[in-house]
Amino acid sequence: MLTGIYGLLSACFFVVLDAVDVAFTEASVGAGISGLLMLAAITITGRKEAPKRHKPFLALFVVLVTGSMLIYGTLDMPYFGDPEAPVHQHVAPRYIHDSMEEVGVPNIVTSVLGSYRAFDTLGEVAVIFTAGIGVLSLLSLPRRRKKIKSEEATEEQMHERHMVVRIVSKALIPFILLFALYVQFHGDFGPGGGFQAGVIFAAAIILYTMLFGLDTAKKVFNPALIQLLAAVGLLLYACVGVVSMLNGANFLDYNVLADDPVSGQHIGILLIELGVGITVASVMLSIFFNFDGRRQAQAEIQAEKQQSEQEQKLKGEQDVSRTL
Amino acid sequence: MFLGLYNYWIVVLLMMIGFYIVIAHGNLVKKLVGLTIFQTSVFIFYITVGMVERGSAPIIAEGISDYSNPLPHVLILTAIVVGIATTALGLALVIRIKEAYGCVEEDEIQKQDQLSEDES
Repeated sequence: MLTGIYGLLSACFFVVLDAVDVAFTEASVGAGISGLLMLAAITITGRKEAPKRHKPFLALFVVLVTGSMLIYGTLDMPYFGDPEAPVHQHVAPRYIHDSMEEVGVPNIVTSVLGSYRAFDTLGEVAVIFTAGIGVLSLLSLPRRRKKIKSEEATEEQMHERHMVVRIVSKALIPFILLFALYVQFHGDFGPGGGFQAGVIFAAAIILYTMLFGLDTAKKVFNPALIQLLAAVGLLLYACVGVVSMLNGANFLDYNVLADDPVSGQHIGILLIELGVGITVASVMLSIFFNFDGRRQAQAEIQAEKQQSEQEQKLKGEQDVSRTL
Repeated sequence: MFLGLYNYWIVVLLMMIGFYIVIAHGNLVKKLVGLTIFQTSVFIFYITVGMVERGSAPIIAEGISDYSNPLPHVLILTAIVVGIATTALGLALVIRIKEAYGCVEEDEIQKQDQLSEDES
């Protein structure tokens, strides 16, 4: 809950600081997904912290010393909002003045992300993909046994109970998906792009999962297909680079993708943003599915334990009554 | 005269809060929360550095000549999504630790490690 508020607050002041794209990402990631993952992890690991045994003064001292040294270091920094600051002197003017002619995309952030620094972005997508694989290898479970019917019934009852939430969200989900697509393909002109769209898309499906249960969601969105898509997105991105190499230009140089450099840039950015969107959405989804799967599996194990304990208790009581 | 530097001070404050949580708490989930706060402070640092007075959002439009610096925005935009992916990886590790050791407290885990080492 608090992480959600923290994320939304960060998003608000990113807007104030003129970083609309960043605000968009922070709003969808910070307010949407990170809180959920935290909650899922906390339900699994337990919500109580052990009482502290050591005193925190040493830590406080280290923190204060480091903080004051950092603040001393800031005294030489350029003032907040100073247009003459060194950061604004090197590549930024080129991005701002020439990107419209060279790339032809009004949103400078998108043109820097997709074209000037495309190689960097490829690396970032690869990191996301790797993190997704890491979570999969840590948390994925072998195929689970079929549930007992009564359990399924109780779960359905639970979903029946939240009728208002369910119906409202059901109506919202298609619009969230549509909005994600809009963000994906309108990223050239306004704030948006593959990263944000992927997260929003994943959030819509996560909402569906929370309402109808993991098993229903897994039937609709096959986890194997999602894992495949995560790789497909990254491959699509890399392939765009290879195609431009085959056409005689540098890796990820889109000028050669069409007759006219600017339309080539358009095609390139569109394709790599699509790749980014697919990878981000499917990695986020498979992470969430695995977290939720773990949680359910653990809840089931606990329920079984309780059941067996109860049975043992009953047996013991029966034995006692028999001996009596 | 140093008031123009307040953005860095806020960043340092947030960073130190995160740092304190990381080193003072034994609970691994809390450590991750601290790391997340630390991470956001870095995001804020980049974005405030990229800000230009009287500039506007870096989307080219007619009648606007000053834009804020787009480069930090690009770096941070990707870093946010990468950050959530790596945080998820960290949480996954914590979950596995919980399953293996039955707890997520640092000193408790170390104690158990020590015991198993002594036995072998």
